[in-house]
Amino acid sequence: MRAAPTLAGGFPDISEMTVARQVHWQRWLAAAAILVVLAAIGRAFVNGQIEWTYVSRFLTAKVILEGITNTMVMAVLAMALGIVLGVVVAIMRLSSNPVLASVAAGYTWLFRGTPLILQLLLWFNLALVFPTIGIPGLWSARAVDVMTPFLSALLGLGINQGAYTSEVMRAGMLSVDVGQYEAAQAIGMGRLRALRRIILPQAMRVVIPPLGNEFIGMVKATSLASVIQYPEVLHNAENIYYANSRVIELLIVAGSWYLLVVSILTPLQMLLERRFARGTLQITR
Amino acid sequence: MTQPLVAIRSVSKNFGEFQALNHVSLDVWAGEVLCLIGASGSGKTTLLRCINQLTQVDSGGIWLDGELLGVREEGGRLHRLTERHIARQRLKTGMVFQRFNLFPHRTALENITEGPVQVQRRSREDAREEAMELLARVGLAAKADAYPSQLSGGQQQRVAIARALAMKPMLMLFDEPTSALDPELVGEVLTVMKELARSGMTMMVVTHELGFAREVADTVVYMDHGAIVESGPAAEVLGKPREVRTQSFLSAVI
Ligand SMILES: Nc1ncnc2c1ncn2[C@@H]1O[C@H](COP(=O)(O)OP(=O)(O)OP(=O)(O)O)[C@@H](O)[C@H]1O
Ligand SMILES: [Mg+2]
Repeated sequence: MRAAPTLAGGFPDISEMTVARQVHWQRWLAAAAILVVLAAIGRAFVNGQIEWTYVSRFLTAKVILEGITNTMVMAVLAMALGIVLGVVVAIMRLSSNPVLASVAAGYTWLFRGTPLILQLLLWFNLALVFPTIGIPGLWSARAVDVMTPFLSALLGLGINQGAYTSEVMRAGMLSVDVGQYEAAQAIGMGRLRALRRIILPQAMRVVIPPLGNEFIGMVKATSLASVIQYPEVLHNAENIYYANSRVIELLIVAGSWYLLVVSILTPLQMLLERRFARGTLQITR
Repeated sequence: MTQPLVAIRSVSKNFGEFQALNHVSLDVWAGEVLCLIGASGSGKTTLLRCINQLTQVDSGGIWLDGELLGVREEGGRLHRLTERHIARQRLKTGMVFQRFNLFPHRTALENITEGPVQVQRRSREDAREEAMELLARVGLAAKADAYPSQLSGGQQQRVAIARALAMKPMLMLFDEPTSALDPELVGEVLTVMKELARSGMTMMVVTHELGFAREVADTVVYMDHGAIVESGPAAEVLGKPREVRTQSFLSAVI
């Protein structure tokens, strides 16, 4: 193409002009409307049948603090169990051994297919099925003694979580290029070492956001363990309001604790994500 | 030396109906540089992958350093080796992939030390020291702490070569090591490979770089439709090919 010797006329020179600021009046209107609604709700709560002094008193009551500690202990342990199971089951599902793959698929089917609260009740009432449990000849115990609320909740929540986590893990492992696995094999790594050293660290980057989601779900799911007498925060709040009838106040106390914990988890997830983003372009200096 | 380092005997490989390798037989002698050429889909990659056991042969056998790969003969039948055993056999070969396949979550240095430390159980200090020597050898001493995403394609491929060399293989396999590179980066990789060839390493190189083959290869093998059509000294196969198919391939690529 030839460069034009002169440019065509009729186009005004706008090169010196600036772009005017837009007035987003709709946004202001929407924000104002939301503030009005929030103020109305706040007013309703302040004037409603809520004794806020009870809320502030019980927010740091010993029983409630113990409850939230138990909630967190259970959430962390059950999630750890869920992740371990999830990794193992995901590896089994991706294995070429059909027995392992179907066992894994069956596990996921069973524990994703039934309500969590039902599973918790089953674990807790295991004594009805097996009065004594143990290893024949070595060790045995009465199931009622073994299946404490703590252990029942841990098994129920952790094993259920494993079924979900395995799918997250499987997606993560599938997201890693097969060339990575071949390169690992080419330097003499066996299957498991390649998974541990090469595939899983890369999969982690992909699975942390969904796992963060799952963990937040887990923190709240621990509240279901109240039905099997595990003394987590909601269970303890309930016990208090059975005695003093301040139902809403104590529910607000428990709710505030859940919100606080979940708010702390989000920045923690960011830190983890940064840790596993090693080598990706975002952190190049 | 009375025995070839690699002896490939009547190796066939099918992918479903498609015959990727059709009774391929070949000798590679220690110290030899052998270039595999041929049209796309002719089975060059498949042959290399069979030698490194990333792909299992359907029939025939490959002997590396006198040892039958992947299977064991007993009572007139073949039995597949355990994964552990196969992994050990793989240590004798180093593989360089077309798309580098560096570990993105490890630095250049860590990519190189991963095998020696994790697989060969060598001490971290020794492995580091040797990795630094290898990085210097491929001209990347300054990039030891860079992640693969911070390296150019040519630099990544040179790290990949160093990673394979760190395992001290007897045989290096290269699958089109420069075809994923921008033209101006091809030279730096070929230079490293030439130096390696001069050092006496046995090499099998799938390549479209006929200039490289002419300069460095002892033997050139031309493949078509999963079979070896012609093989011989580089100057002969590239200079005055006997087979019509080789002639037409060469005239098409030049
Ligand atoms: N895993 C596989 N499954 C099915 N077909 C395959 C597989 N691997 C290779 N093939 C087929 O086998 C044939 C030979 O493939 P191969 O990769 O060995 O060719 P090549 O000579 O390396 O070609 P190129 O120059 O394009 O790399 C091709 O037609 C390919 O489609
Ligand atoms: Mg190929």
